[in-house]
Amino acid sequence: MHIQIQNKKTYAYTGGKAFNPNLPTVILVHGAQNDHSVWALQSRYLAHHGFSVLAVDLPGHGRSEGPALDSVEAMAKWLLELIELSGVQQAFVAGHSMGSLIALEAASMAPDRIQKLALLGTAFPMKVSDTLLFASQNHEQSAIDMVNIFSHSTNAHKPSCPGPGFSVMNSSMRLMQRISAINPEQVFFNDFSACNNYSNGEKAAQQVQCPTLFVLAKQDMMTPAKASTSLSNAIANKQINIIDQCGHSMMSEQADAVLDALNNFFKA
Amino acid sequence: MSPFNCGEYQFMSGPKYPGFETLSLHAGAVADPATGARATPIYFSSSFAFKDSDHAASLFNMERAGHVYSRISNPTNAVLEERMAALENGVAGLAVASGQAALHLGLSTIAGAGSHIVASRALYGGSHNLLAYTLKRFGIETTFVDPRDLDAWRDAIRPETKVFFGETLGNPGLDVLNIPAIAEIAHENHIPLFVDSTFTTPYLLKPIEHGADLVFHSATKFLCGHGTAIGGVLIDGGTFDWQNAYDKTGRFGELCEPYEGFHGMVFSEESTVGAFSLRARREGLRDFGACMSPHNAFAILQGIETLGMRMDRHVANARRIVEFLASHTAVEGIAFPELESHPDYELAKTLLPKGCGSVFSFNIKGDRAAGQRFVESLKVFSHLANVGDAKSLVIHPASTTHFRVPAEQLAASGISEGTIRLSVGLENVDDLIEDLGRGLKMAQKGK
Repeated sequence: MHIQIQNKKTYAYTGGKAFNPNLPTVILVHGAQNDHSVWALQSRYLAHHGFSVLAVDLPGHGRSEGPALDSVEAMAKWLLELIELSGVQQAFVAGHSMGSLIALEAASMAPDRIQKLALLGTAFPMKVSDTLLFASQNHEQSAIDMVNIFSHSTNAHKPSCPGPGFSVMNSSMRLMQRISAINPEQVFFNDFSACNNYSNGEKAAQQVQCPTLFVLAKQDMMTPAKASTSLSNAIANKQINIIDQCGHSMMSEQADAVLDALNNFFKA
Repeated sequence: MSPFNCGEYQFMSGPKYPGFETLSLHAGAVADPATGARATPIYFSSSFAFKDSDHAASLFNMERAGHVYSRISNPTNAVLEERMAALENGVAGLAVASGQAALHLGLSTIAGAGSHIVASRALYGGSHNLLAYTLKRFGIETTFVDPRDLDAWRDAIRPETKVFFGETLGNPGLDVLNIPAIAEIAHENHIPLFVDSTFTTPYLLKPIEHGADLVFHSATKFLCGHGTAIGGVLIDGGTFDWQNAYDKTGRFGELCEPYEGFHGMVFSEESTVGAFSLRARREGLRDFGACMSPHNAFAILQGIETLGMRMDRHVANARRIVEFLASHTAVEGIAFPELESHPDYELAKTLLPKGCGSVFSFNIKGDRAAGQRFVESLKVFSHLANVGDAKSLVIHPASTTHFRVPAEQLAASGISEGTIRLSVGLENVDDLIEDLGRGLKMAQKGK
């Protein structure tokens, strides 16, 4: 569905069912250089099992009008506006990678609007190496290749995602290329800069009051599980779920494990 | 290593994706989780048990990934599909009953009554039949163009044109499809390019890397490689932006509007880069049902494990034989793009630096009878209607596939009464040359 936020056309995938703000609402926030489709299976399942779902395209990503917002704080404010404008009182919010920082910051800004928080593939600080930052600005395909290779633990995913026959790694690469093709204004560099510059993670985590789930991956080379310690130490009401045989692209590498973790957490 | 920190890697020198030979052996496959079997097992099961009712419902509704029924997906076939997607640099593959089934599935996923196709006129006869006669019966029209005439491709476009189609190496003259140039025309007009890459395989050419959006193979040929299993593979490059084309032209509602046949699913929303293959499986395999047997998938996987090595040998043998034929007094002409006399010599150097495969035609001096004598005197080459086998194959179109066609009509198709098509196999090349020399001698004896 489309919704106007900050006078920009914004898209959110609703999981194959019409959005109903009166149902418990799950908001899914993707990471850098991605869009809503990284949540394909999880969003569809949740939408058919008692939740309303908004798997958003962040501004300047996928189907949402640009420009991309240039800081985690600005994206968090945007997310809170989305919650407000969609008529939802309190939402379950899950964010992956850069999306996890956005969700965390939003939860600290407006604790009354976020009922539960799920941080997937998260880390703080989320520093991006100079090499990768440079590549994202000057040799984007190199940055895409680096991130793609580091984000996957294998090139054989069973039963693959979103279904048999798909090459998960090639799909991930193609999606990152598509994001740039739709919006050539250096979204990748913008997103990585936002991650790199975000400094409020620990303070934000200290202000989080709601139940929080960390979903981490044992073979994650982008955001290793231990890199989330500063956040998990700051949040009292937390659960930590570490998925084996899984890299950073956890929603596609271990789709069922991620779905079960989110579904059990939100339903509890 | 800090988060996102790949600073110890220099992006100009790495990290790297696995190479072709590694993907040929490993992509899409893991040791069997139930038994540890290292070779991909043949999952010879029509159906797969559900864990519970919710699991069943979620599989049917594309909320979880998995196998339900082997017409739609099968674990053995999935290894083949994912391996071919990896080798072709596509996002997904679909294994189907034959190459013809792959072509039909590719076209029928986006074209229906009222649709129009622009196709190269240099096509395999089976593809030509499907486009010229059979699909026409279902309301899909095709305009055939000279594949080398770029203006003809552009001029043939209609508002209802859904796809451009051609073969990487055309039939029978091995016209090299100018994929980059034709793709550019297609994409300027929000049309995808669909390519038959059977003769080249991903080892010699990866069409998606040059601009094609959809690729299919008759896997019966070089992929399987041993003349055993019939099969086809369709690959979605994930490169074509169906939603953008729909927004600009109104075409491709099949992927960008709610599909009543699957709970109102909008495939382009479901998957930003995999919409085509989702619909091809959820509609095409489900409803047309041209699925591949897992036995055949296994046989084709065995072939793919050695694809690179075999193609190198096919190409080397073909080059030696072309050299032999080019100097033989009984031979009038050879259609092989590595010869300077071929009109696509320069293009082939660019697109096919590893070689132009091992299937080609040449003309024997003389009439139909000369061609018949040639074919019948060969002892190593097998006289049959197939290509891409480890064994060398030969056919004389004027006395077999085109035996009812008068000479003047043959000429219009680029075939003479003395045209011979070879598929050069993996035998000792000196034995093949000796065999061909004997055949040429016998062909000229009746003069």
